[in-house]
Amino acid sequence: MNGSGGPEQKRGLLAIDGAMALIIVLLLVQVWLLSATLESFLAGHASVVLPAAIFSGLIFLCCVALNLFVVRLDRDSRRG
Amino acid sequence: MSLLHSPANDALWKDEFSVFSADERYVSRRQFSKFLTLASLGMFAGNLWILLKSYFQKPPAFAPATVAQLGEIPVGGVKLFAYPEPQDRCILIRTGEGEYRAYSQKCTHLSCAVYYEREGGRLACPCHNGYFSVQDGSVLQGPPPRPLRRIALEARGDKLIATGLEGA
Repeated sequence: MNGSGGPEQKRGLLAIDGAMALIIVLLLVQVWLLSATLESFLAGHASVVLPAAIFSGLIFLCCVALNLFVVRLDRDSRRG
Repeated sequence: MSLLHSPANDALWKDEFSVFSADERYVSRRQFSKFLTLASLGMFAGNLWILLKSYFQKPPAFAPATVAQLGEIPVGGVKLFAYPEPQDRCILIRTGEGEYRAYSQKCTHLSCAVYYEREGGRLACPCHNGYFSVQDGSVLQGPPPRPLRRIALEARGDKLIATGLEGA
């Protein structure tokens, strides 16, 4: 079995790891945002709900872009 | 140039179940990334759900109920009552001549019953030492995350009427 790979493959893996770490950070922000929004909404402060939804949507779009980046990088690495 | 060992014309299953450990790492990372993105979609859906709920939620209407007679309790005195439902315990405080405040007695931390601490002029929760302002129900100290729910009061004749929940 070949488990080491060349330097370009390692660079590819590193880029994918970085993108995934960024997705995880964004996801944690989204989790916090959801809990804070729910807390505010239940406390009767409905004014924060719309900005929170917009911001959460933007974070989701970032995650999609990063996921596409990972998939593309993976495909490029595989196809050469 | 091929970084990995799967040629482009290989069958899909060979791509997904590669015999090379490096390829396996790529596949698991890709799947994990997809999972994280779906989790992100879930969080976004949660925010959208709250947004829709806030738009379509109608403010609840509560029937007015007599709480006390004016002058029934002395300045600094309290009276317990139930509003809007019999199980919703509330506390009425006479803070001055002609000044009344009423709040839900349920602490916003873990729902213990709050009481009026006359010496400190504040509402106290005995369970975890949470304190609320008697003027507006805001949190002064302790673990409660939100202010106490305030009961809207109205004087009609010689009666003090609860007309609704503020912020509901």
